[in-house]
Amino acid sequence: MRSRRKVEASPAEKAGRWADERFGPSGPMRNLLNKVFPDNWSFMLGEVALYSFIILLISGTYLTFFFDTSMTEVKYHGHYTPLDDVTMSRAYSSTLKLSFDVRGGLIIRQIHHWAALLFVAAMIVHMMRIFFTGAFRKPRETNWLIGSTLLLLGILEGFLGYSLPDDLMSGTGLRIAFSIILSIPVVGTWLAYAIFDGTFPGTEIIGRFYIVHVLLIPGIILALISVHLALVVKQKHTQFPGPGRTERNVIGERILPTYAAKAGGFFALVFGVLAVLGGLTQINPVWLWGPYTPSQVGAGSQPDFYMLFAEGSMRLFPSYETHFPGYTISSIFWPAVVLPGVLFTLILIYPFLEARLTRDRASHHLLQRPRDVPVRTALGAMALTFWVVLVASGSNDIISFKFAISLNATTWIGRILLILAPPIAYAITYRVCLGLQMHDREVLEHGIETGIIRRLPSGEFIEIHQPLGPVDDHGHGVLQYAGAPVPKKMNGFGDLGRKALGFFTPVEQTPANGHDRDGHGGEDKAKELTGGRR
Amino acid sequence: MTSSDGHHDEPVQPTDEQLAAMSQEQKMLAGAAAGGVHVIRREERFPTPGTKAEKRAERLVSSMFLLGALGALGFMVVYVAVPWRFHLGNNSYRFFTPLLGACMGIALFGIGAGAVLWAKKLMPEEIVVQERHDPASDAFDFQTTGATIVQGVEDTGIARRSMLRRSIGVGAGAVGLMALFPLGGLLRKPRGELFRTPWTAGVRLIQYDGRPVRPEDMQPGSLATVFPDVPGGLEDANAPTMLIRLRAGEKVTARNGQGDFMWGTYIAFSKICTHAGCPVSLYEQQSNRLLCPCHQSQFDVLLDGTPVFGPAARPLPQLPIDVDNEGYFVARSGYHEAVGPAFWERPN
Repeated sequence: MRSRRKVEASPAEKAGRWADERFGPSGPMRNLLNKVFPDNWSFMLGEVALYSFIILLISGTYLTFFFDTSMTEVKYHGHYTPLDDVTMSRAYSSTLKLSFDVRGGLIIRQIHHWAALLFVAAMIVHMMRIFFTGAFRKPRETNWLIGSTLLLLGILEGFLGYSLPDDLMSGTGLRIAFSIILSIPVVGTWLAYAIFDGTFPGTEIIGRFYIVHVLLIPGIILALISVHLALVVKQKHTQFPGPGRTERNVIGERILPTYAAKAGGFFALVFGVLAVLGGLTQINPVWLWGPYTPSQVGAGSQPDFYMLFAEGSMRLFPSYETHFPGYTISSIFWPAVVLPGVLFTLILIYPFLEARLTRDRASHHLLQRPRDVPVRTALGAMALTFWVVLVASGSNDIISFKFAISLNATTWIGRILLILAPPIAYAITYRVCLGLQMHDREVLEHGIETGIIRRLPSGEFIEIHQPLGPVDDHGHGVLQYAGAPVPKKMNGFGDLGRKALGFFTPVEQTPANGHDRDGHGGEDKAKELTGGRR
Repeated sequence: MTSSDGHHDEPVQPTDEQLAAMSQEQKMLAGAAAGGVHVIRREERFPTPGTKAEKRAERLVSSMFLLGALGALGFMVVYVAVPWRFHLGNNSYRFFTPLLGACMGIALFGIGAGAVLWAKKLMPEEIVVQERHDPASDAFDFQTTGATIVQGVEDTGIARRSMLRRSIGVGAGAVGLMALFPLGGLLRKPRGELFRTPWTAGVRLIQYDGRPVRPEDMQPGSLATVFPDVPGGLEDANAPTMLIRLRAGEKVTARNGQGDFMWGTYIAFSKICTHAGCPVSLYEQQSNRLLCPCHQSQFDVLLDGTPVFGPAARPLPQLPIDVDNEGYFVARSGYHEAVGPAFWERPN
């Protein structure tokens, strides 16, 4: 009896055999499941973007069941009575239907909108993390390019979706978009006519934007995300310097079971936050704006946050129109086409620019702390400051209104800050980086300030410093800075607890002086690692 | 990867007998090691099973999952039972969407927090080291792959058969070009639409409700948005026009050739901003300024619509107006220049 039961395979084993005999996935699948994920909070930012995108796909599909892309004019007779008998496009009336005549439709629409904002925001913050820690360096330049393209596509996708309901706000955005395309020298008129099927607004634009919004760009984004993630698996994660971490390994936890549980749970948490936002915080209440008509616009009209930089640059740019005999270059060409183009080009080429200027041809898998690369950090702060000034200027009318400042004053403040603030941010960030570096060195050399004051026999007062490790004959610490955080407070030692196992006795030597990387010393390593804790 | 330390990375595959004798955990560890992944620390969170602390952790996790179930249940109840239809004057529908969001949030938070806490509190604690090799392929793979590609290309003879090389270039180029041509279906030849509006001589100025405008309809210092009284005039994107009645004593410095465009103290400008095409909607009576709410360009009415602040570069085009025999406003002609934002073909 016992032996027979042993021979019989479990259902799971049967299923495994079935798959293995047909697809032979065992080896690659095992290696994939054993992929190691370093544990650092900042590595979740990209995940937030990924999960928002999945939520966008799910909620967006639901919306397509009800949305109508036609721009045919109809009289509204739905349940939202304040707009009863108003003439509007079918696109707008189906958005109202979605919000008022579909049970639970409104929350899905609002989740979709919030998810779009979170998608772009998470990409921006993820990109900042990648930038400031140098994760874009060789061999990951390709993923930087893909990521930057995803940001650009995400912004474009967001704008297209925002344009679909054909409400007063989105129609105004479309008209500005038409004017921006129109401003491109030589081909602008033809290009704008090709996209809008003639002059603004025409009858085709929402249908065209719709198919690009629900099929073309999501498809490209999905494909790029797949390559992005495949490259992360192939190139493996970067990691922050720390105990045992070298250029030749990744330390963390595997997919099964811990990471899968954490990531799955985190997806639910992101979804939960978006559900709460979508339910409790109203977003883009198109029924309050009313249907689009070219003669009206709302006061305080502005786009979603990711378009504010372009809006701000259009507001700040001076009235500078170029005239040739018979031809004109519109003033909005510079702030709305050239400036975003230059910004994105700079973003795209940055890894190559930095590699060339620093003559750094090596592969890097250990991340840098922003303070250790002051020039890059300062450049990043400079770029962010520029962007933030543009974003704030994109809502300078609201700022003027809320703080009772003259509109002209906020415009001029924006113009001046756009020129002055980035270099100031550069200088301040650079000094802060150097200061932080010096403090790290100081603590490594002299130890942590204990707060204990001792009076010497001579009457002199000194503060006792606790060295972090062994000291030389002069009482100076011999530990070298290794790119990892240095404890700055006595209770900072406690913080190190679990994370910094073996901090003072690295379990693995750096590649420069070590060859203790063989896979057979597992037992000894484990002892050393845990030895630091017990 | 150089061969000198390459042999370290080759794990010794266990024999079939050894495999059969291994426990599940040993197999898992051996498999990981075979892929260059070394579990250097693996510890149960609660080495002694059944302690109070373990049970507490387990209860915490399962209470999270149950909270999730509760949230989901709440969602379903709200979805079915809470009034959701919009009724003017009855606010009960207002609770539907927020309640759905709260319940859905609780449901997903419960599931998410449960899963994360499970991983953090109950699953074995691991420190795993994965080897990383740079460059990713060894010399053999790199050189053989390169040779395969180069040999494959060389076998086609494309390098020495220059006629073939050129003709395939011409052929593929032509096919690529052909593929672009259907895009021509998108092209629409501009036929001067950007220069035209529906305004022509004798067309009446009507309001959005279709009523024509008489001078006595307007107070001094007021603005009305007017449209041409032609079919489609209300919807035309370039037609909206602002009719302003100035107060007594206010004098407009007319631009060149526009000295007689006004009718008494009445003046009409295109409503389409010369910056990005938004409707210039805000009229500040006291200063006689028009403000575009999109990018805050400001136009001075008394300077004949000249921009005085902000990004707009050109004055608002002025519509010459008159009053017909029946006492209604009419256009004396169309606009004398293109309305709205600038474009390439626009003469100065």
